[in-house]
Amino acid sequence: MEKIALSLLLSISIFGKNLDKNTTNIYEKNCVPCHKKFPISLEKLFFRYLLKYSSEKSVKQALIDYLKDPNYYTTVITESNLIDKYGLKQKTKLNDKELKEAIDIYWEKYKVIGRLK
Amino acid sequence: MSALRKWDINLLQTEKKTLFSFLFLYAFLISLIAIFVGMLYYNFEKDLMLQKKRIELQKYANDLIKRLKYLHYNFDKDQTYPRDKRFKSAIYDSDEVCIFSLLDSKKIDLNKIIYKKDNKIIYIKLPEAYYLGAMYVVVEIEDDEAWLKKVYGNLIFYGSFFLALVLTIGYFLLNLFLKPMKDTIYLLDRFIKDTTHELNTPVSTILANIETIRKDDLDKKLFNKIRRIEVAAKTISNLYQDLTYLILHNKIISKEENVNISKLLNERVEYFKIIALSKRVVFKTDIKENVYLFIDRKRFSRLIDNLLSNAIKYNKIGGEIIITLKDKYLSIKDTGIGIESEKIKEMFERYKRFDKSVGGFGIGLSIVSMIAKEYDLNIEIKSKVNEGTEVIVSWKK
Repeated sequence: MEKIALSLLLSISIFGKNLDKNTTNIYEKNCVPCHKKFPISLEKLFFRYLLKYSSEKSVKQALIDYLKDPNYYTTVITESNLIDKYGLKQKTKLNDKELKEAIDIYWEKYKVIGRLK
Repeated sequence: MSALRKWDINLLQTEKKTLFSFLFLYAFLISLIAIFVGMLYYNFEKDLMLQKKRIELQKYANDLIKRLKYLHYNFDKDQTYPRDKRFKSAIYDSDEVCIFSLLDSKKIDLNKIIYKKDNKIIYIKLPEAYYLGAMYVVVEIEDDEAWLKKVYGNLIFYGSFFLALVLTIGYFLLNLFLKPMKDTIYLLDRFIKDTTHELNTPVSTILANIETIRKDDLDKKLFNKIRRIEVAAKTISNLYQDLTYLILHNKIISKEENVNISKLLNERVEYFKIIALSKRVVFKTDIKENVYLFIDRKRFSRLIDNLLSNAIKYNKIGGEIIITLKDKYLSIKDTGIGIESEKIKEMFERYKRFDKSVGGFGIGLSIVSMIAKEYDLNIEIKSKVNEGTEVIVSWKK
């Protein structure tokens, strides 16, 4: 009886973990929560990157560079009051693979190609 | 002498070849220049048209950029790409990836500012910021090609004028180029004419007097001397006939009639027998009787004389001349030195001589060729070196 209860608990635990992985990806887990508190939405920020860097390759590279080394020169936040209030972003704790994955998700979510009618 | 000046100059085949080569080269160079100038003019007019259209297209592009800017900042509310009836457009990112396109043209050269492709004019503008990620804003309009019709019209009009001008210049250049050659031929022919004119009377006198001599009364030694004089006089007479024909053939009024070729051929063979005898050449004849041809008697006589004269001249000592006459067919075959097959074509050229050891001006076969052309006779020459030459004259009528 104890063995059955243990197996059931283990199955629920594994199933729970998989469910968590499917519903909240690395982008939503690591980017969205903090940005919810920020007055400029992630979509607006995406368009600021697009305005400055144009192509997919350039935008993604700019995001990687900024997230690894946030600074005043490369930020797309031009409103000084916001920087004063929120300060610059902390360096990312994600490794290169995770960072690339998160940025890819971000690009796919807001990209213009395929969305224009 | 005035008749001499009016004398027409016939160019030789090689001279004609040179002239055609010159004309071809001239025409080729002129065409190259004309094409080059035409292309320059076409490109100039196209650039002019594009410059005019550029102002209009610039305005369209600015309008589009304004709308793209609006869309960029309001993308969360509206994702409809701006459309305009006046033009079609597309946007490309910095990696030249198409973001959105309404264009008819599939491939766009983003390195250019304005250009024409098929019947479309394409203008590329770089906006001040990459709205929606667009580094290149492409605007496309239809080209009504009214300018092209004007260009083609001008090209045809001025091109024809230019062509007529250069052809006229070419004609004068050609005359300039030909002048020394014409002068040389004219001088040579005048010399021959003058010489010929002076030959007629003495030769006729010699031949007439020889005919009156009773050969039976002569001793063998004197007979041989008289015979040699007769051969020499006949040779000169023959030459005189050739030269007269050559110089005056255009002026001589021809009298075509049904000529009994068999009879004429026998007469000419008889005439040439004494000359042939001097080389111990023997005639073997197979002449069908009463073969007729509608031709000028004197001219056909010239043709036979020249063929017989050549057959004797280029024969071996003690050789043979085989003459065959059938309906529409005459063959004169010798057993002489022959000629290489590649030189046969050149045989009909005036002043062409292959064996300079024998006398003559090299005009015999040229005369044969002229007469054959005039009366549509077919001449065929078969020859083998050191075996002999056969000339076959055939006709259709």
